[in-house]
Amino acid sequence: MNKILEVRNLGKIYGPGCPQCIDSTGPEADTNLCPHCDSLVAMHGVSFDLFEGEILGIMGESGSGKSTVVNTLYSEQAPSAGEAIFYDPVSAAEGGKSGKQHELFALNAAQQRWLRNHRFGMVYQNPQRGLNFNITAGGNIAERLLMSDLMDYGAIRERAKSLLARTEVLLSRVDDLPKNFSGGMQQRVQIAKALATRPPLLFLDEVTTGLDLSVQARILDLILEIQQELKTSMIVVTHDLGVIRLLTGRAIVMKYGRVIEAGLTDQILEDPQHAYTQRLVASAL
Amino acid sequence: MTSHAYNFGFLDEYAKKEVRRAILKAIAIPGYQVPYASREMPMGRGFGTGGLQLTLALIGPDEIVKVIDQGSDDSVNAVNLRQFIEMTCPGVSTTTCTAECTLLQTRHRIPELPLTAEQIIVLQVPYPDPLVVVESSENKRKTMHGEADYSRLLVKLYEDIVKYDEITISHRYPTRINGHYVIDPSPIPRWDVAKLNNSAALLLFGAGREKKIYAVPPHTRAEPLVFSDVPFRVEDFRDEAGQRRVCARCGCANSFLDEFVGDAGNKTYQCSDSDWCDEQLQRAEQVQGVAA
Repeated sequence: MNKILEVRNLGKIYGPGCPQCIDSTGPEADTNLCPHCDSLVAMHGVSFDLFEGEILGIMGESGSGKSTVVNTLYSEQAPSAGEAIFYDPVSAAEGGKSGKQHELFALNAAQQRWLRNHRFGMVYQNPQRGLNFNITAGGNIAERLLMSDLMDYGAIRERAKSLLARTEVLLSRVDDLPKNFSGGMQQRVQIAKALATRPPLLFLDEVTTGLDLSVQARILDLILEIQQELKTSMIVVTHDLGVIRLLTGRAIVMKYGRVIEAGLTDQILEDPQHAYTQRLVASAL
Repeated sequence: MTSHAYNFGFLDEYAKKEVRRAILKAIAIPGYQVPYASREMPMGRGFGTGGLQLTLALIGPDEIVKVIDQGSDDSVNAVNLRQFIEMTCPGVSTTTCTAECTLLQTRHRIPELPLTAEQIIVLQVPYPDPLVVVESSENKRKTMHGEADYSRLLVKLYEDIVKYDEITISHRYPTRINGHYVIDPSPIPRWDVAKLNNSAALLLFGAGREKKIYAVPPHTRAEPLVFSDVPFRVEDFRDEAGQRRVCARCGCANSFLDEFVGDAGNKTYQCSDSDWCDEQLQRAEQVQGVAA
């Protein structure tokens, strides 16, 4: 199996930072605020690998730094430390031309934007972040396709329709504004938009949080089906153990910005090692 | 007050120098909006102060200036600006003839007669940034321009086609210059957008209120934003029967027409470019004279 993403020692500190920051925060210190300089250690020393076609779960309570991991990888914010290498499977398939490996944090803004538009996809918890509510559902998907340099109106229209059909949005609503959609439908449009360029790597940040259970189940089914179909690698951020159990093969558990446990999902859920994970699993209904 | 109380060209020499520097930068980076310190002019912003400052910075004593407003030499804006130039630039001559002028300031039209390499055309711009309709933050717009990220502008065109089956932008059509920057070519009709492409004359754009100068240098590519399968369309002036309308005054069938509504609600059409219309009329009379 080919590696698609390699993350090493990712760290992010908000605030001035001091030499004692790292030692005086984390699960043992029971805080992520440095008592010496009041800096917030959002994450530190996060390392993992992601392989092609794999779904990796990141779980933890709110404020544990799990969203920060995804946001830095999607270049929405710069990390304070660490590196991440993206092994581009598309350019490899096209004949292994140069630039197959991308050192994510060494790229300039335009290069990062190119990767975001052509190779990555992101689905947010709040559809308002991922969608433009002032343009139609079809327009939202068109935007993503136009960003990846598809300039043919007919082709864009076809692709938008087929994506919305795939994500079970009624075709009669292609030209409606997403603000008139239900929450579940907005989320499906967002998934369609993220998938528009057939990205090899997809980030899902709490995609089902806040939706009712039947809608949740259908969205999770959809994600699994798409993953089977397109062999997309995914990083799923959630605090919902059900989502982790259903979607992911491997998972990491974070607390106060540190990875406290990592391994096969079944193993973590059946035989948690860390006291926090044990409590988390035990408290799940 | 007598006219010699002003510096030649109204602006002081330092102001002219700054505008000229901005012009040079604008020519060096085709389509890039160069910020400059737009001076207070003795007329309201929005009345062509951006174009006027470009004109006054470029004008020399032997210049022949033409000023038009919507193609016409006789409308209020054109007359006022021409008189202001005559008053503040002694020795400069003005004309209404497109072929004669060396410097042409215009509001919202480019003349029908193709301009030459000896001529400079200055356009008055109300809104210099085409991205303003999709992004309100200037900071973000600058980044978008820098990265040539115009996808959201294209989404606007996509939505137009979805709603109306065609792109409905009638003027200020976003145009990509030299393969990178997209400009707002000022409110010229689509008819004139083609004239930007590979023009022999230098085109300068001045936005006084927004304090921006940009340029389309001679022989530079200027392509309207379109989808590859939806071609760019200009006004065709066809009537209900599909017949091309002609100018009611000169009979010209290949110029941009203005619509006039009469008292009885009847519509007549006439060339928007008044100098062009006069020329056509004169030529027709000459032909008739020869025939007689």
